[in-house]
Amino acid sequence: MDSVILSRMLFGTSMAFHIIFATLGVGVTLMILFAELMHWFKKDSDYGLMAKRWTKGFAILLGVAIPSGTIVGVMLSLLWPGFMEIVGKVIAVPFQIEIFAFFLEAVFMSIYVYAADRLSHMMRIVSVTFVAFGASSSAWLINIAHSWMNTPRGFEVTDGIVTDVDPWAAVLNPSMPYTSKHVLATAYMTGAFVLVSIAAYRLLRKTSSEQERAYHKKGLMLTLVIALLASIYTASNGHATAGMLHEEMPLKLAAAEGLFETQANAPLAIMGTPNIEAQTVVGGIEIPGMLSWLATGTTDGVVQGLNDFPQDEWPPLFVHTLFNLMVGIGFTLLGLAVFALAWAIIFRKKDLPAWLLVALVTTGPLSMFGIEMGWIFSCTGRQPWTIYGIQLTSDAATQSGNVGMLFFLFIGLYIMLLVLTALVLRFYFSRNPVQQDLTVMNG
Amino acid sequence: MTETYVAISIIWAFLFIYAIAGSIDFGAGFWAMYYSNKETQASILANRYLSPSWEVTNVFLVLFVIAIVGFFPGAAYYMGTLMILPVSFVLMLLIIRSAFMVFSFTVQRYTKPLVVISGLTGLLIPALMVAILPISIGGFIGGTGEQQYILFDQVLSSPTLYTHVGFGLATELFLAALLLSDYARESGSEQTYAVYRRNAIILGPITLFFAVTALWTLIPEAPWMVDTMIDIWYLFALSLVAASIGYSALWWPSKKANPGRPRIGVVFIILQFGLASFAYGLSHMPYILYPDLTIFDAFTDPTMFKWLLYGYAGGFAVLVPAFVVFWRLFMKDKNYLQIKQDDENNY
Ligand code: HDD
Ligand code: HEM
Ligand code: HEM
Repeated sequence: MDSVILSRMLFGTSMAFHIIFATLGVGVTLMILFAELMHWFKKDSDYGLMAKRWTKGFAILLGVAIPSGTIVGVMLSLLWPGFMEIVGKVIAVPFQIEIFAFFLEAVFMSIYVYAADRLSHMMRIVSVTFVAFGASSSAWLINIAHSWMNTPRGFEVTDGIVTDVDPWAAVLNPSMPYTSKHVLATAYMTGAFVLVSIAAYRLLRKTSSEQERAYHKKGLMLTLVIALLASIYTASNGHATAGMLHEEMPLKLAAAEGLFETQANAPLAIMGTPNIEAQTVVGGIEIPGMLSWLATGTTDGVVQGLNDFPQDEWPPLFVHTLFNLMVGIGFTLLGLAVFALAWAIIFRKKDLPAWLLVALVTTGPLSMFGIEMGWIFSCTGRQPWTIYGIQLTSDAATQSGNVGMLFFLFIGLYIMLLVLTALVLRFYFSRNPVQQDLTVMNG
Repeated sequence: MTETYVAISIIWAFLFIYAIAGSIDFGAGFWAMYYSNKETQASILANRYLSPSWEVTNVFLVLFVIAIVGFFPGAAYYMGTLMILPVSFVLMLLIIRSAFMVFSFTVQRYTKPLVVISGLTGLLIPALMVAILPISIGGFIGGTGEQQYILFDQVLSSPTLYTHVGFGLATELFLAALLLSDYARESGSEQTYAVYRRNAIILGPITLFFAVTALWTLIPEAPWMVDTMIDIWYLFALSLVAASIGYSALWWPSKKANPGRPRIGVVFIILQFGLASFAYGLSHMPYILYPDLTIFDAFTDPTMFKWLLYGYAGGFAVLVPAFVVFWRLFMKDKNYLQIKQDDENNY
């Protein structure tokens, strides 16, 4: 395998690893803020305990989130030196401001965790607000750089030299507003659903005390409501993002949908495999006119197909599957959240049935899977370009012959850390059960 | 011209801050491990320092890397290509160290092995980082143009590698011991103060020894640096003076049970590192990688430079107040510093 492929594999895997912890960093901090606010408004100390336990979980995750972020940040220069040379001249500002967002988050996280007993309740809310703000802004800022790779603006390249740099035009590139909202919405959605999963899992155990069940029920309701709101927002700005692709990156949209011929009244293909010989998606379900309607707002709208572009610029066609999985998960989770909340409201007096709880347990992992699919879709759907239309991935990559060895070392490390983090979380929370905290708290 | 020098000064400042903060961070991790069986108070104190501060320290590393990409994209290209192996190993050690340290705060039953792993990996990180310095002077690079690589056999058989590694190890242990002695005094624990004071006293001369030999063994590899070094001899001399004052402060009379004024020691030793590393950096000018790459070749776009400056000004305006709060809460507040007996399980 050549070093470009290996670099792509190594970087993609590192990002896929980092994004697990990064997404939780963004989503869970917001949930902690909500728990603190509920504690403040309802004066119910269960919510205070919730915030405390979620924070403990988050602090464990930070031990991997921060160094894995450091890894991808440095790895960008190691694996994609040609790319970073242009980044430094054109889009360095968001990276730089992101560092200050990290600082803000790290400083206030330490204050929130280690000085908790010396702060008033109000100051605790203020510091956790800074934490959530820092995490969300760093996600937003890194996404500016990512959106710029998809729709690069703010510079010219003549004979390999970067000129006419306009950092603001680079920051305010056309895809930025769409994907930024989408990334934040999905991070909140995932953070909320992961906590839904945990609460639902705990509620499945019938042996726990009344007090403990009440605690988990409050947690489930709070997280479900936020998960639902975030899912609605995700679906709506996901739709807008697809519209943006239609305008800015028609080739990516064509690959996502497996559409070969440019046409009005374009059908939406759900699942199946795009087949070049058959010039269509084989084995899926087609909804006539739906794609035109989604992309342009009317079924008469013309959507460009793959054949409009030279075949050596096509991304790999399996991105169709990634895209379908992401959208499918989005609508499934949205439906499930509506259903579960409706059930909880209608049968207010009763517990949620076990089958519904089991379904809710799957939401966190599914949501995380959706994040992974969406990102791999977005980065692989850009191929063969690293900076769309400007720099080929093969020109961005390192020439080093050592990437193969590094790939195996890093993969081994990531697997070990995933397993260990899971074990540590399990160990801690089974050693410190909610019941124990509740008993201490209520005297 | 002047813009480039402003940029390289900012890079130097970030590197300096990270070198100090990182050394103390990794060194404290080692001391926490070293004393975990014997002098638990000394170990707890080191962890008290580490728990709130390691994240903040890590951000300085990222700040440094991102500043290079922004100010000297050409250097990011060169360094990324050449340094892929050593830097990757630093990254692997870093993630093991941070993860295991956080795990060790959490899982009491397995604290021992976790602390040992994080302490040892942490110990290696500064050593490896410092080992990259002699390579980046350019003496060990083979190949031409696009296809350049490190001559590992030459690096490994060169004495300057080992003096640099020794310097990295001695520095982190010395700086951490010195800072922890001050931290112990601040927290009112004279017995722990005595432990760290003794370590600092032993390690001070060892650090100086490695600093001098590292420079000495570097000279044959980098004759082009010598002229400037001779020109700015007074900076090196001043740094020696600062070192002597700082070290002697460990014996200055104090009102406490043990002699020594660790706060003054910390300030002067940091001043010494600042002077010496500034002099080293000056001698390195204008090359980033001799003889292929100067800071002028690698400099960023002028418009970008301007916006980056605004960015740093704005960022620090927000951060400095946050740091003040942080400092008051963790480095000064008696409630936090005083170690209560039941504190061992309190993370
Ligand atoms: C929980 C995860 C999740 C869910 C349920 C969805 N998405 Fe998504 N999507 C992402 C997670 C994600 C992501 C991981 O966050 C991406 C990758 C890059 C980006 O900007 O966001 C993304 C990218 C992304 C893109 C490509 C943007 C680009 O390449 O520039 C489009 C067109 C959509 N999404 C559209 C949708 C639609 C129509 C959804 C319907 C509900 C949807 N997404 C649900
Ligand atoms: C959209 C994807 C990403 C999201 C949502 C995200 C978010 C986060 C979050 C929440 C953290 C934890 C920081 C903290 O809690 O202090 C983090 C760490 C970090 N991330 Fe990412 N990140 C993403 C992608 C990237 C990429 C592509 C890079 C590379 C440039 C990167 C660089 C970093 C760095 C350097 C850190 C460590 C900062 C520190 O030392 O505290 N991230 N990221
Ligand atoms: C956090 C979730 C992300 C995941 C899972 C992810 C995944 C991937 C994958 C799988 C590749 C290889 C593509 C291929 O060769 O087929 C890739 C490439 C790349 N991604 Fe992403 N990515 C993420 C976010 C980001 C962000 C936020 C940035 C930019 C700031 C970024 C920058 C890059 C770059 C520079 C490459 C290499 C060049 C290229 O292949 O085009 N990625 N990523």
